[in-house]
Amino acid sequence: MIGKDSKTLLDVQGLRATVNGIEILKGMDLTIKSGEVHAIMGPNGSGKSTFAKVLAGHPAYVVTGGSVQFEGKDLFVLAPEARARAGLFLGFQYPIEIPGVANAQFLRLAYNTVQTQHGKDELDPLEFDDFVREKMKLLEMNPDFLDRSVNEGFSGGEKKRNEILQMALLEPRVAILDETDSGLDIDALRIVAGGVNQLANKDNAVVLVTHYQRLLNYIEPDYVHVMDAGRIIKTGPKALALELESRGYDWVSAEARAGAGAAA
Amino acid sequence: MTAATNKSFLADLLAGRPTADRGDAMSRLRARAVERVGALTVPNTHDEDWRFTDISPLTRLSFQPVRAATKLSAADIAPFVLAEAASRLVFVDGIYAPQLSTPASGPVVLSSLAAALPVQAIAIETELGRMAAFEHNAFTALNTAFVNDGALLLLPRGAVAEKPVHLLFIATQKEVASYPRCLVVAGAGSSATVIEDYVALTEDAYLTNTVGEFVLGEDARLHHVRVQRESSAGFHVGHSAVSIAHGSHYHGVNVGFGARLSRYNLDMVQTAEGGECTIGGLAMVDDNQLADTHTTIDHTKPHGVSRQQHKCIVGGSARAVFNGRIVVRKGAQLTNSTQSSRNLLLSDRARVDTKPQLEIFADDVKCTHGATVGQLEADEVFYLKSRGLSDAAARSLLTYAFGAEILRQISVSELRQRLEQTVLAQTERA
Ligand SMILES: Nc1ncnc2c1ncn2[C@@H]1O[C@H](COP(=O)(O)OP(=O)(O)OP(=O)(O)O)[C@@H](O)[C@H]1O
Ligand SMILES: [Mg+2]
Repeated sequence: MIGKDSKTLLDVQGLRATVNGIEILKGMDLTIKSGEVHAIMGPNGSGKSTFAKVLAGHPAYVVTGGSVQFEGKDLFVLAPEARARAGLFLGFQYPIEIPGVANAQFLRLAYNTVQTQHGKDELDPLEFDDFVREKMKLLEMNPDFLDRSVNEGFSGGEKKRNEILQMALLEPRVAILDETDSGLDIDALRIVAGGVNQLANKDNAVVLVTHYQRLLNYIEPDYVHVMDAGRIIKTGPKALALELESRGYDWVSAEARAGAGAAA
Repeated sequence: MTAATNKSFLADLLAGRPTADRGDAMSRLRARAVERVGALTVPNTHDEDWRFTDISPLTRLSFQPVRAATKLSAADIAPFVLAEAASRLVFVDGIYAPQLSTPASGPVVLSSLAAALPVQAIAIETELGRMAAFEHNAFTALNTAFVNDGALLLLPRGAVAEKPVHLLFIATQKEVASYPRCLVVAGAGSSATVIEDYVALTEDAYLTNTVGEFVLGEDARLHHVRVQRESSAGFHVGHSAVSIAHGSHYHGVNVGFGARLSRYNLDMVQTAEGGECTIGGLAMVDDNQLADTHTTIDHTKPHGVSRQQHKCIVGGSARAVFNGRIVVRKGAQLTNSTQSSRNLLLSDRARVDTKPQLEIFADDVKCTHGATVGQLEADEVFYLKSRGLSDAAARSLLTYAFGAEILRQISVSELRQRLEQTVLAQTERA
C-alpha cells in the first residue's frame, strides 16, 4: 500500500555489478518505500537474481558503480550478515541444501542472531520449538521439517515454504522474494501468499521477483517493474503484469529502445 | 634416520617387557612376538604403508613402561564415565585399575585378560593374537610382546549385552609407553556395543600402542566405537583386527581428535558368505597434528557387504592421511562395497593425502568409491550469513555438520553428544 507518510527503505541509484568480469547490472534504479509491494518481472537472464544477490552481499558479485541506501545508510559498507540483521531478507530462487545442519538448529540460530541485534533475549531450543511451530502452522508446514537437514531432499515447493518460514521468523524490513512462487502447487501458492500478506505491513516492504502474474492476484503489487539486460526499462501499475502476460516482453524492449533513441 | 637407530628405538622399548614365563598362552605369544620385534624395524617414509607419515617425532623420544602406577579416584575419571555404560574396565597407563572398574561375569563376561586367564584359558589361547597379525607390523609385534593383561569381552552364543560396555584407557604419565590390548569374542547370534576409549590426564608426551581383536560369530552384531582423544603431545598407534562371519554385522565408528601423531590400522576380514560391515571414520586435527588412518576390508567370500565413510577435518598446519584398501578375492562374487572419503581443509597450510586402493579379483561385484578434498562451500556459507550468522558462526556450524554426519552413527547418545561438543568447541577455536 502506498502511504502518505511512508519512509524510503531502499534507494538504488545507477547500480552496476559484474560477475566473473561480466557486467550484469547496468544501471539499476529503484526506490522502495515502507508499506509498498513491488514486483520485478523480466526475461530469463535479465539480471533479477543478480540484483537480489548483490543486495544481499553475495561474494561472487562485484559492485562497480552506483549506490544503494538502506534506511538512509550505505548498504555496501555492511557485511552480508549485518545486512540481514539490519532487516534485509533474500528469499532465494534456489535455496541451498545444508546436509548435517538440522533445520530447527539453523532457524533458531538465525532467529536468535536477529533477536540479539534488537536487544531481545535469545530463545532456548524448547522455547524456540513452541515458537517456530506456531509460525509453521501459518504456512501449513509439517513440523517434521524441523528435524531434517536444512533443505536437504526438500521438494522445490517445500524449500520455498522454508524460505517464507525464515522470513516469518526474521520479520525483515525489506524482503526480496526471488521466484518464491515457482514450483509451488496451487494450494501452496495460496498459503505462501497468505503468509506474505500477513507479514506485510505499513512499516516494511516486499519485492516479488516473478514470472507469473498469478502470484500478483494474491499479493497485490503497487508497482510492476520490467527488467531487461541489467536495467529496469519500464514501471507501471498492477495492470502491467496482465499486459505482459498476454503480450510478452518484446514490445517493452522495443518501446525502451525507441525511448532511448528519441532521447539521444 | 638409520636402521640402527630404528632398531635401538624398538630394542629400548622392548627392554621393559614382562619376562616371567608362566608357561601359559600369553607367555608363549609374547615370546613369539619378542622374536619378531627383533627382526623388524620401525617403519619410515620409504615404506609404502608409511609414505605420508614420518614418525621421527616419535622415534626421537624414549619411553618406558610405567614404573609406579598412578592411583586415580572416581572423581578423577568422572569426566570420562558414561552413565549409559553398565559395565566398565579402566586401565591407567596400561595397568588394570580394578577399583575403578565394574566387570561382569555372566552370561556376558567382561574381565581383565589376566583375571580371566585361569577360567577362559581355551578361548584366550585360541583367539588372542590370531587376528592381529604381527609378522609385518612392528607396532603390533611390540604390543604383543607386552601382552599380559588387557580387556576381555566374551559373549556366549545368543547373549545380548543390553547396555554398552566401556573400555577406558587413561594416560597419566610422561614418557610412558602403554600397550592396551582388547579381545572381543562375540558368539553366534550375540550382540553388544563396545566403546574403546583413549583419554589423557597429562599434557606430556607419551605413547599408547594398542591392539584390539574382534571376532564375530554367525549372525553376531557388534557396534564398536573407538575414540582416540589423547593429549595433543601424545603419540597413538592403534590396530584393530576384525573378522565377520555369515550373517554377522560389524558396525565400527572410529573417531580421532587427539595426539601429536596418530596412526590407526583397521583390518576387517569377511571369513564366510554374507557378512556385513559398516565403518564410519572421523579424524579432526589442527595445529601440527597428524592423523593417519589405514583400513583394509578383505572380502574373501561371496555376498559380502561393506559400507565405509571416512572424513577428515584438517586445520592449522595439520595433516591427515587416509588409505582405504578394499580387497575382493577371487570367488567373492556379488560383493557389494562402497567407500567414500571426504575431506575438509580449514586452512591453506592444512593437508590431506587420501588414497582408495581397490584390488578386485572377482568379476561379478559392485564396488564404488569416491574421494573429495575441499573447503567449505561458499554458497552454504553465504546462505547462513544471509540469515544473520557471522562468518565465524557459519563456518563453525558447517564444519560441525560435516563431522556430525559420522558422529550420528554412534548409538550411545551420551558419548555422541560429548563428542559433538568436542567438535563444536574445536570448530569454534579454529
Ligand atoms: N556466476 C556467474 N558466472 C557467469 N555468468 C553469470 C553468473 N551468474 C549469473 N550470470 C549471468 O548473469 C545473467 C543474469 O542472471 P540472473 O540469474 O540474474 O538472471 P534472472 O533474471 O534471475 O533469470 P531467471 O529469470 O532465469 O531466474 C545471466 O546471463 C547469467 O548467465
Ligand atoms: Mg533468477
